[in-house]
Amino acid sequence: MTTTELAPLPVGSATDPAAVTVRGLTKRYGGRPVLDGLDLAVRRGECFALLGPNGAGKTTTIEILEGVRPRDGGDVAVLGEDPAVAGRGWRDRIGVVAQGEGGGPALTVRETLDHFAGYHAVSRPTGELLSAVGLDGSAGARVERLSGGQRRRLAVALGVQGRPDLLFLDEPTTGMDPVARRRFWELIRELRSDGTTILLTTHYLDEAAELADRVGVITEGRLADVAPPDELGATLRRESTVSWLEAGVRRRVRTGSPSAVLRDLLAVHAEVPGLTVTRPGLEDVYLQLVGATPTTAEGDLR
Amino acid sequence: MTAVLTPVPTSARPAPPSAARIGLARVGLELRLFFRERQQVVFSFAYPLVMLVIFASIMGTEERPGGIPFAQYFLAGIAATGIMLTSFQAVGTAVAGERESGQLERLQLLGTPPVAYFAGKAGQVLVTAGVQLALLLPVARYGYDVPMPVDLAHWATFLWVAALGALAGTVLGLAASALPGSATATNTAISALAIVLQFFSGVFFGFLELPGWMQQVAALFPLKWLTQGMRSAFLPEEAGAFEVAGGWEHGRTALVLAAWVIIGVMVCMRTFRWRRGEG
Repeated sequence: MTTTELAPLPVGSATDPAAVTVRGLTKRYGGRPVLDGLDLAVRRGECFALLGPNGAGKTTTIEILEGVRPRDGGDVAVLGEDPAVAGRGWRDRIGVVAQGEGGGPALTVRETLDHFAGYHAVSRPTGELLSAVGLDGSAGARVERLSGGQRRRLAVALGVQGRPDLLFLDEPTTGMDPVARRRFWELIRELRSDGTTILLTTHYLDEAAELADRVGVITEGRLADVAPPDELGATLRRESTVSWLEAGVRRRVRTGSPSAVLRDLLAVHAEVPGLTVTRPGLEDVYLQLVGATPTTAEGDLR
Repeated sequence: MTAVLTPVPTSARPAPPSAARIGLARVGLELRLFFRERQQVVFSFAYPLVMLVIFASIMGTEERPGGIPFAQYFLAGIAATGIMLTSFQAVGTAVAGERESGQLERLQLLGTPPVAYFAGKAGQVLVTAGVQLALLLPVARYGYDVPMPVDLAHWATFLWVAALGALAGTVLGLAASALPGSATATNTAISALAIVLQFFSGVFFGFLELPGWMQQVAALFPLKWLTQGMRSAFLPEEAGAFEVAGGWEHGRTALVLAAWVIIGVMVCMRTFRWRRGEG
């Protein structure tokens, strides 16, 4: 099994296929709109990644869905309930990998996990959690002595401890080293193949491409596009970039019909040095969606 | 790939554990955290002892109205102060810090019932205040010849005054932790209030020696009543004649302390927040 392949979606509940439904969500901070009519649907059993620049409203959205931040307008249903009023039974089915701390800095990792196990109706055994996030070696270490990356891993363990149906992850791998990150991805894939719905925000496009069934891009408080990672920005993707060297200078042409450009090129030049034809990757599409790069062609064929 | 986590069972999920069970678990956790915080332990347990030693040594020969030796009068005050510090001050600063570091956010995300969190704090306060008094009283008894409560009734007075005072301090500490500003600012405000109250409430000086306005201000706060209740347990019956009302006022003491518990609970219910700012 290669690491980039995702297993097919497990069969979800037939009665309610949506884990998260959001319509026209609005939120203002001191009069400034942060969310401006956001629509979002996450299916049961899928892994959904929210992308977007800082301040686009990703964390606000997640916090409203978690029921820890009030909204100004719009309809929200998470696992069939309104998070603003849902009770403890609902909360126990939600897992959150938060930025905050555990039980206290003077507790050990094992004590922290053992303690919080008692808050859930069902919980995963501490030993299982420790090895799943790679903290077996630090089980006896106090939380205050952990590195930033180790704390993130403890937060992940606490988030999945209660066997949630829906898991929220807000920038989960920030501060993790590459090995811990890979291990985390593995864990997420496993949770997903067990039927856990996962909603994550991330700044790492490779992470979104690796994990998500679908990605949504938030800009200026709205969802700009939703699609599987390799189909995001369908119209943008039809444009390829033809690039070559001309008198030692690299030239680039963005075009919807690269074959025609190549034909023209080859008709003029016998040999085209440094010739490449590239289709935009997730990162290129993302940057265009959030307006960080111009969408017009950078050069013209002469 | 080997499965690291066992799959989620598809059967219906039972209800989450009760607030009582979580509260009990939190008492244990709070105590463990308290005793690992060395500064907190030393401050809570040493402050009343050090104060007793200092004041009893300086003022050893002085007497309070009614021929009460200074150490005997002072023990009641410093015991009350100790209870206030381990409840009001310790809880207020701890909760502000836990909110700032995101520990309360974690509890909120877990759906912790607030009452379970409060119970954890109250349980921790009762145990630590008990330990503090168990260290203070023998030093007073054997170091400075202070007589202990004379009979079972006086011990009972000592216990209910201490417990009610500790509860009032706990809920007021929780309420004070919601003051706006950083945890450091909250700590400063709480510490300042605690120091001023000690002087106003007749801990260091005889209450009757204080100016009238100071007595009236002090009568609004629980520490004065806690101190007076402690004196009624440690001082002879006739010393009650030297109180403001000419008696121990047990009924009013219970009423004022209970009122502060209720006020504190109501303020907490309205103002308690798991995280800073909105929500």
